[in-house]
Amino acid sequence: MFDTLSDRLGGIFDKLKRRATLSAADVDAAMREIRVALLEADVALPVVKDFVARVREEAMGQEVIRSITPGQMVVKIVHDALVETLGSDATELDLRAVPPVPILMVGLQGSGKTTTSGKIALRLKEKERKKVLLASLDVYRPAAQEQLAQLAAQAGVASLPVIVGEMPVAIARRAMDVGRKEGYDVVILDTAGRLHIDAGLMDEVAKVRDVAKPHETLLVVDAMTGQDAVTLAREFNEKVGITGIVLTRIDGDARGGGALSMRAVTGRPIKFLGAGEKLDKLEVFHPDRIAGRILGMGDVVSLVEKAAENFQADEAEKLAKKMMSGKFDLDDLLGQLRQLRKMGDIKGLMGMLPGVAKMKKQMASANLDDNLLKRQEAILLSMTPKERHAPDLIKASRKKRIAAGSGTSVQEVNKVLKQYEQMAQMMKQMKKLGKKGGLPPGFGGGMPPAGGGMPPGFGGGFPPGGFKF
Amino acid sequence: MSGQTQDSSGWLARLRAGLARSSARLGQGIGALITRRTLDDAALEELEDLLITADIGVTTSARLVAALREARFGRDVTADEVRAALAEEIEAILDPVAKPLVFDPARKPHVVLVVGVNGAGKTTTIGKIAKQLKDQGLGVVLAAGDTFRAAAVEQLQVWGQRTGCPVMARETGADAAGVAFDALKLAAARKDDVLLIDTAGRLHNRTELMAELEKISRVLKKLVPDAPHSTLLVLDATTGQNAHQQVDIFSRMVHVDGLAMTKLDGTAKGGVVVSLAEKYKIPVHYAGVGESAEDLRPFSARDYARGLLGLPPEG
Repeated sequence: MFDTLSDRLGGIFDKLKRRATLSAADVDAAMREIRVALLEADVALPVVKDFVARVREEAMGQEVIRSITPGQMVVKIVHDALVETLGSDATELDLRAVPPVPILMVGLQGSGKTTTSGKIALRLKEKERKKVLLASLDVYRPAAQEQLAQLAAQAGVASLPVIVGEMPVAIARRAMDVGRKEGYDVVILDTAGRLHIDAGLMDEVAKVRDVAKPHETLLVVDAMTGQDAVTLAREFNEKVGITGIVLTRIDGDARGGGALSMRAVTGRPIKFLGAGEKLDKLEVFHPDRIAGRILGMGDVVSLVEKAAENFQADEAEKLAKKMMSGKFDLDDLLGQLRQLRKMGDIKGLMGMLPGVAKMKKQMASANLDDNLLKRQEAILLSMTPKERHAPDLIKASRKKRIAAGSGTSVQEVNKVLKQYEQMAQMMKQMKKLGKKGGLPPGFGGGMPPAGGGMPPGFGGGFPPGGFKF
Repeated sequence: MSGQTQDSSGWLARLRAGLARSSARLGQGIGALITRRTLDDAALEELEDLLITADIGVTTSARLVAALREARFGRDVTADEVRAALAEEIEAILDPVAKPLVFDPARKPHVVLVVGVNGAGKTTTIGKIAKQLKDQGLGVVLAAGDTFRAAAVEQLQVWGQRTGCPVMARETGADAAGVAFDALKLAAARKDDVLLIDTAGRLHNRTELMAELEKISRVLKKLVPDAPHSTLLVLDATTGQNAHQQVDIFSRMVHVDGLAMTKLDGTAKGGVVVSLAEKYKIPVHYAGVGESAEDLRPFSARDYARGLLGLPPEG
């Protein structure tokens, strides 16, 4: 979702970073560009103004102007301001109340309330082992109640039987009754889409709120929403009172301005992101990680988490030791490739890596896909154990044999070897840095070190020379 | 036609009421800004901000303000003058694209493919168009091509009952192109005037879903080589600058003939339509300003522009 914004900001930062000194005029120019980039990403104007003013003030400070890497400093300031705007910690649903805990879903027509209700139900059932009841209060849109019933069936949770002609407030009351009598943990009340200026319907949802006394009231907002996001969030918050926000359709190519605006306007956290039509496509919102993605610094934390789910700890430890010793052979590369393939879709993973946004096109032209990993694995497996241990052995005739054995070409074998050399080089640098306790240069701006179980050089199949940490 | 006039003024009132809420801010904003001052740099900058909050976009807003600066910089201007000048500028941009969707009665049926992202209001728009065409005495068939979303088929079937139009439908999960094909056969056999084909909402960056749209269009051509005769892209007025990507990519995958702007009765102004008109010259067929069928009307550049700036309707 954040690709375009990320590209734009990346370009602005590159210009800043190239300069040895920063004048007030440079900062001003950069701020103007940031303003336009944010506005084109549909960040609400008041939020943009506030953001730019804050960054400008800090960036104009003496310590930035006088520092040796003023550009880096500005990037860090922007990063910090982004995190602050997005909110600092991930906030999950608060279910600490007497069951059945009512959750009220509100939003405009077509924002994705019903699908989101189904997703939350599935999540609560699977991850928290809750007994969930879904109830549709949408008596206006044709077949809306039917839609929720179908989603409930898909999620494997119960839905409140529909009584034709029953009005929303009565449905809410009945849903809570059934919830209490039948021992449900959570009751999710999906309401009809309504305009925040529709006095009648807003009044109705307020009555539903008074009857159900929801513990969580979630405003569902489409990530493609423009400047009006501010108005609708404010109005819903004032008239119904919301406890959190779900941003939907982040799998589109919207630039994600809403993510930046919503919290600033309502003071309420974004709790979830909806990322697809399938019911399991619901992500917890991590502000710091999103800030990293926006700034093209990648989402290293999510990557490490994903890695941790798939990496075998002992393997990872072995690799880490190898890394630190500076020794790294083709067997290790093979091990990494296999680990990488276990983690799933490579393009998804790449998106989480720092600096990758800038090389999207390059990646596309290199036709980077999972097949590439398979081919590389085949190449490595066509080598003898001795060759893998001492890659220097591999000269022209061996290369030919390996290419023939793996059904690839000598060029591809060369690529793997070149990549190996680059990674071995990187390992040495890591070792040095490890001693100094610093960070590799690409990691500026307050990103956590990508240490842990994750060796660098995920570079399964990066085009030679194209990828540097 | 007198009934029509009355009706349309009722509709105008609703459009204005809808836009007025949004433009109240825009209009009042301009009022507060201009009343007692000359048009100086600060005033122009604030003016630009107001246009931006209407989703008109940074570039177009800057251009509109630049035009105003050229004409009136440093002069004492009233709020109404500024509003009128801006409304005229916007109307001039929109006028060439404000074209109603014309159904050719000779085609039997005139095939309309309705596309858009999820939640834009495709099914509702189809229901409203069907109602209007039926009221004009035309024969209409509906095709439930959204075979993906839960209960989407049922939603269109309800519209079929309300309007008395036959609905070609299969179960959820069926091939959408097949549904469209059968519907076209049915409409041709019945010699009906219009076939409206609903499709599943799809995000335009999902290549495989866009390819499915292409398939629908391809399959229709097997029966009727020039079908679909119109492809309508439904656009939610609350959408911001992402509308550009939507128009761009949908146009590349299937030829988009025109837009329907929905949900203009909210506070969202759909200002992005101005820059869309500038950039793509794509016709805007409909403006939706409310829940009832008559709230979907041919898009009028002048009404929209004046409504956006909070100017009173004319005559």
